[in-house]
Order: sequence, then structure tokens, then C-alpha cells
Amino acid sequence: MRFVPLAAAAALLCSAALTACTAGRQAGPSLGAPRPSGSASQALPAATIELWHGFSTDAEVKAFEEAIARFNQKYPQITVKATKGVQDDQITQAVRGGNPPDVAASFTTDNVAQWCRSGAFQDLTPVIRQDGVDLSVLPAVARSYTAFEGRQCTLPLLADAYGLYYNKALMKGHRPPRTLSELAELAKKLTVRDADGTIKVAGFVPSVQYYENTPSHLGPMVGAKWYNPDGTSAIGSDPAWKKLLTWQKELVDWFGHDKLEKFRKGLGDEWSAEHPFYKGKVAMVLDGEWRNAMIANDAKGLDYGTAPLPVADDRPDLYGSGFTAGTVIGVPKGAAHPRQAWELVKYLTTDTASLVTLSNALRNVPTTKAAMQSPDLAKDANFQTFLDIFAHPRTSTLPPSVNSVFNQEAFAAFAAKWERGAVPDLAAGLKDVDRQIDDKLKLSGG
Amino acid sequence: MTCLPPAPPARRWRGEGPRALLWLSPWIAGVSIFFVYPLLSTVYFSFHHYDMYTLEFAGLDNYRYLLRDPRVGVSARNTLWLVAIMVPATVLFALALAQLVVRLKAGAGLLRTVFYLPSLVPMTAGTITFVFLLNPGTGPVDHLLSLAGVRGPDWFGDPDWSKPSLTLLSLWGCGQLMVIFMAALLDVPRHLYEAAAIDGAGPWRQFRSVTLPVIAPVLMFALVTNVIYALQYFSQAMVASRVASGTTDSPGSSFTPGYPDESLLTLPQWLFQAGFRDYSMGYACVLALLLFAVSMVFTLILLRQFRRAGAEEGS
Repeated sequence: MRFVPLAAAAALLCSAALTACTAGRQAGPSLGAPRPSGSASQALPAATIELWHGFSTDAEVKAFEEAIARFNQKYPQITVKATKGVQDDQITQAVRGGNPPDVAASFTTDNVAQWCRSGAFQDLTPVIRQDGVDLSVLPAVARSYTAFEGRQCTLPLLADAYGLYYNKALMKGHRPPRTLSELAELAKKLTVRDADGTIKVAGFVPSVQYYENTPSHLGPMVGAKWYNPDGTSAIGSDPAWKKLLTWQKELVDWFGHDKLEKFRKGLGDEWSAEHPFYKGKVAMVLDGEWRNAMIANDAKGLDYGTAPLPVADDRPDLYGSGFTAGTVIGVPKGAAHPRQAWELVKYLTTDTASLVTLSNALRNVPTTKAAMQSPDLAKDANFQTFLDIFAHPRTSTLPPSVNSVFNQEAFAAFAAKWERGAVPDLAAGLKDVDRQIDDKLKLSGG
Repeated sequence: MTCLPPAPPARRWRGEGPRALLWLSPWIAGVSIFFVYPLLSTVYFSFHHYDMYTLEFAGLDNYRYLLRDPRVGVSARNTLWLVAIMVPATVLFALALAQLVVRLKAGAGLLRTVFYLPSLVPMTAGTITFVFLLNPGTGPVDHLLSLAGVRGPDWFGDPDWSKPSLTLLSLWGCGQLMVIFMAALLDVPRHLYEAAAIDGAGPWRQFRSVTLPVIAPVLMFALVTNVIYALQYFSQAMVASRVASGTTDSPGSSFTPGYPDESLLTLPQWLFQAGFRDYSMGYACVLALLLFAVSMVFTLILLRQFRRAGAEEGS
């Protein structure tokens, strides 16, 4: 009997604690509530809003502060307190804990679907309509990676586009390849080996484990699809993936998997001045537009060029397109000042001067058509390549999925096995990837 | 023969219950908050779809998915490999080092320091250094092997070598365990060895019949704690995977856990991945319960063996 009070106390504690799990879900002020007629944005009450973003280098933070300063000129009553270097995990925890920032930006689009479906980020559709924001100023592809299931819970802040960088000295007069066959042929020609076969210079590193060579970045080269219209995996049924992986494996085998791995592991860090492309160890690389800024900082004097990614021989229509994704920004659920937050989001994502300022400083692709065509946008031939890729009608992205991270990892794990020669049957292996993705989709509620 | 005093009558406790409860309350609060509540909430969430934002009853969905998830089998096998190979290897190696240092007449202090020092290196730094040392392209180990005409393996890049490489890392950092064994070995009464020597026992026989029975409790403690440690193995495998694959944990960067070929994917890593990367917290709770159950089974088996060994020793 003496354990009764003990058990009661423990039960009370546990039930209280379990109830506390829902603490982060109390209703806060939300966007979309009808405003008093005639109220103008400028008439918004004074507030201090918190902005969390992932930029962290001095140059990035300075550029962001400049854009915010311009916003402050327009809305002097709104003070923006920016926090740098924030990752998605922190945003998630803050929303859960009921103490989110007013505005949050993420470098990756991987969590957009989750945020939209769960309501962790507020649907911007009502305020977009109220304020008459015309989303057609954004390329369709940028609209697609910022919304999910009809909810526009984020907007694109800046975009990344992926293309081919080539070292002019190592190219020995060859023009950049336009097809996968040309890429393979040129990669072989430009590769330099020691007498024992050790790779000294690689024309192109075909490994899916090399820096930016992820399946999502490579897929647009063959027009490969990730999902069926119902959200299930299309990886096993789309012959484009099989074509891409077969091409890739042939090139890996030409290098020799072990030799290629040894070479890859001896290369410098992707984000340092030791990048093998700067050091003349790799002639051609798949990379994002931001590499231009890094080369300007870390490899002054490198004579290089950029071009769209080579495409499947039977898909010349894809040439000029590529992969895109980018930074997204939105208003989390529970934001203390959602109206003011929305004004900042709207300004940063649609104001041409702001986007041009950020793009010039960060060397990312501005997302609106007006900003891309702005005479103030600093561009040279190498950067223009990525503006063209981003604007190309066939440029694609990884469609949002609630299991985006899982799906990419499942496929990447398979691709790594495949290139190592540990997959005897490619078609069966791809079907197994389908099964994993579809099982996870079911677990997540379809 | 002495007898135990009779148990006090139950009524003597009357009136002292609340006071006892008061004295026990810090312990009760600690256990309730840090053990009972997390355990109950883990069970509760395991029956729900919980993406860290919304909670929805899921019945047995998460448990059914456990049976279909191919990475559960892979990660469980990897974890069991560590329990079956890495733990005994580390314990035996630490015991051998302790024996060596205890027996040395000169230089014991220096060797003890040298063997102990690696355990002071922060886990992450030690792992990163190890991966760099064993890098097949730039690492000095493969370079030295090549000078000797041996082609070194791709230590952390080859799925067949990655777990043995982690085991090497564990052996390198076993200094703390070595010190515990040294204390146990120094506690073995000298006269037992003298008696055994007089009876004609050689070094191996002395070790088996004298050393081992005396240090058995310490050995069992080392085994139990190291098995639990191996079941929770996370940081070194995660860091080694990341460094060996050449990826960083930067926003937007992709990383397949367990590189190479999921050979370093342990159950706790997969649990972390499911909960905090894939936002399947309900499923992560099922994995946590599985890990809890496996840990309990291992601990119970080891304790039972320990008790049996103790009883045999006593008889």
C-alpha cells in the first residue's frame, strides 16, 4: 500500500509530461486574417522581428544586413534582429518549442514538404493574394520547390543552378562536351595516369560520391524523374535512371573503381582552397553557380569556363537545362509578428534591388525574372551560364516530398553500391529503391 | 552460528512512510523524470506518427515498418559485429597491455603513460586523425606499407575493412580500461602466485588459475560496460563515415549514413537518422525500444554468467 502515493505521483508526473509534448502547438497569430480596409503595409505597427538564416561568412552576413537596411528604409518602424548560421534542425526545435523566429530561411528545400504539410510554416497563399503578389515573376521550377500540396509555405530567396565548369588549360583546346558520350570520351582523353595506372589528373570524376555529383544533380542530364504523379517512386520505372547509371558505371570501370576511389580520397576539401579543380587535378566538374565566387576568392587567375551540363545523346532538347534548388524563406507557425514578418519575406523575395544586392554579394542566382534582367546585376560569361540554366524551361528540381532526405539517401546508397560493382541486377536494384521509398511514403501517411 | 535478528514488525513502519518517501523523493524524481517518463513516452510515441510537429495515432504501423526496413537488419548486424568482435578484442588487448605494464621492471611508468594518453584525445578528433592516417591516397600508413611492398587496403572506404579499422581505433584508445585492469592485477595476492609456482604451474596456468578468477569481477564489469557502449556506438562511426566519404555536415549537403555501403551504420545511428533527419519520430521510438530490449537481453545474459561464475568460484 505504501507504493500507492509513489505510483500516483509518478503517474501524475508522466501524464503532465506527456501533455507537455503538445506545448509547442498552441495557436499564435497567423497570416491571412482580414486586415482593416484601407490599411497599408506602411501602417503596420512597430515591432522587432527575428530573422534566422543559414548564411555565416562575413561577406554573406554583410550582404544580408545591407538588404535588411534597405527594408528598414521602407519600414522604419520594423526592427529586424538577424541570427546567422541557423540550420533546419534548430528551426524545427524552435517551432516545436513554441518559440520560433518570425522569419526563417533555409539553404535546402529538403524540408519544405514537411513544413508545408505539418503547418510548421504558415501558408502564404492568403497574404500573397491579399497583397496581389504575382508569383509568375518566378520561374515555374522555383515555385514548385517552395510549395507542397497547394500550400505556398515558403518563397525562393535565391537560387542555385548547376552546370559544368572546365579548366581551359586542361581542356587542350577541346570545347565543353554537350552529350554524355562526348563527356565520357573527353574525360578519357584528358585523364593522365602514372605508369602504374595511378590517376594524376582526371578528366571528369564520375563517382556519385564526388562532391556535387549527387543523383539529384545528375538526373536532369537525362531528364530522369523521381516521382510518379501519386508521389510514389519512379526511379525503378523511368528508363532514364538506368541509362544514366549504366553510362556512369562504364566510365567508373574505365578508371577502375579502386583507382578512382584512391584518387577521390586524396583530393582536397570541397569548400577549401585545396579544391582539385583549382589545383588542376580535375578538368571538368559538375558544380553550382556559387563556385564562381569561390574561385574568385580562392583561385584567382584560374582560367576556366562554364557550360550547361552534357545531356543524354538522345535528348538534345535538354541541353541548356540543369538542376536547380535554392534558399527558401517563410514565416514559421507561432511567429510573434506574422504581418511584419510577411512584409520582410515579400521584400526579400520580390524586391528587385534587394535580390540584385544579395545576388551580387553572394553570387547566387536571383529568383525573379526582373532581377535576372536587371542592369545592376553583375554578370560575366561564366555567371550568365547559370542564369540561362535557371531560366531554361526544362530545368528541373527535386520535387518536394515529406521524405526527401530519406529518398535521396536511399538512392545515393544504392548508387554507391552500384558503382562499386556490388549490384548484380540494376533493374532489380532500382525496383528495391522504389520499394524502400514507397514503404516510407506509406509510413508517412502517403 | 549466528542468526539474523527477526524482521521488525510491519507496524513499526507506520507513520514513517511519508518521511521515507520524503527522503526518497530526490531519487524518485530523478528516476521518474530521467527514466520512467522517457520510457513511457517512447512507448507512447511508438504507436503514433510523429513528425515533431503533429501527432497522429498509427496503431502498429511503426512496428510493421520495422519488419520491412532493410536498414534495421544491416544496422543490427553491424552493431552485433561490434559487440562480438570489437568488445572482446578491446578487452583482451587492454588486459594484455595491463599485464605487460604490470610485469615490466623498467620503463613501466613511461609505457603506462604512452598507452593511456590516447584515451585523453577527444573522441571526434581521434577519429578524424585516424581516418586521415589511414587514408589510402594521402595517409602515411598505406605509404609505409607500400614501402614494405604491401598494398594497404582502403581502410575506411572498403566495407570489408571499415569495422576492423574502427576496432583498431578502439584498441588505440583502450588506455582507461588498461588502467582498470592494472589496478585489478596489482590486487591479486602475490602469495597465490608463489603457491602456484611451487605447485609447478607455468605462466599460462598461473594466469588461468590465479589471475583470471581473482580479476573476474573486473573483467565482467569491463565486458558489461563495453557491450552496452558498443550497443550505443554512434559518434566514432558517424564521424569516420563522414570524414571517409569526404562530406561535411553543411546545410544542403547530402550524406548517406554508414559509408561505405552502410558498413558503419549502427542501430543508434539509424535511430538518430529516422528521428532527427527523416522526422519519423514514432518509428525512431520503435528503434529505441528495440535497442533497449537488446541491451537488456545482453546485460541479463552477462550478469547471469557473472553470477554463475561467482557461484562456481565460491563453491
